[in-house]
Amino acid sequence: MTEFQTEKRIPIIKMRDYLIVSIQVDMHDRLALELQAQILEEISKTGAKGVLIDISVLEMVDSFIGRMLSGMASMAAIMDAAVVIVGMQPAVAITLVELGLEMPGVETALSMEKGIEMLEMRVAGNRIEPLKRKPQGW
Amino acid sequence: MGEWSHKDDRKGLESYPVNSEYDIVRARQTARELSKQFGMGIVDQTRLTTAVSELCRNMYEFAGGGEIIFETGDLDGREALMVSFVDEGPGISDLQLVMQDGYTSGKGMGFGLPGAKRLVDDFLLESEPGKGTIVQIAKWV
Repeated sequence: MTEFQTEKRIPIIKMRDYLIVSIQVDMHDRLALELQAQILEEISKTGAKGVLIDISVLEMVDSFIGRMLSGMASMAAIMDAAVVIVGMQPAVAITLVELGLEMPGVETALSMEKGIEMLEMRVAGNRIEPLKRKPQGW
Repeated sequence: MGEWSHKDDRKGLESYPVNSEYDIVRARQTARELSKQFGMGIVDQTRLTTAVSELCRNMYEFAGGGEIIFETGDLDGREALMVSFVDEGPGISDLQLVMQDGYTSGKGMGFGLPGAKRLVDDFLLESEPGKGTIVQIAKWV
């Protein structure tokens, strides 16, 4: 038995319409895939409109984790939820670009606050607002 | 390609087999610790750690595992951290092809060799089909 077998899952917190995930550990590949599945299940269960993933303590994002994040963004989009990655360290951003990894569909924000703003704008944009006043000529 | 110090003139730091996903995590933790210990800046620490993670995963995915060796030695007369990835897997028949950006093995995953190469100061790739592959990377400290 290795010490890793007793590891805990990464917690997913629901706040209003959003799920908040803070990755605090160096994930091995299977843990990353489990997290992906867990978040999608949680979207389906709660009807969340957005997912904020805080990676501010991640010291490295390699192609596997990058692919996991962009894969999750596409899957979440099909389930009508947006994914915003928050707090990427500058050294991680530099390395990702040099590595040549593209993460299509992944939106990023510098802070949790900005990330929530982005999701709120998206949710507001999707709602059909009643007209506040009738257009001219009515 | 730079001038590498001969194998006998390098100082071994750490080595162990890579046979599971946990060993990939261990390898990048070793890379992070050593690059910090040898005084690399945060960006270079991250570059080396990421390259180690990519190359370890390649070895694990395509050769079923192998050995990782951390050493220190000279690259063009300057001290560098050197990491070797040695496997006895199927080997690579077309070395030029795998060094092309965008090449994938067909599993939908890139080999990641050109990406890893861009993150380090020097990169050596030797392979013999049916025998195995050795990838060595070096980064100045």
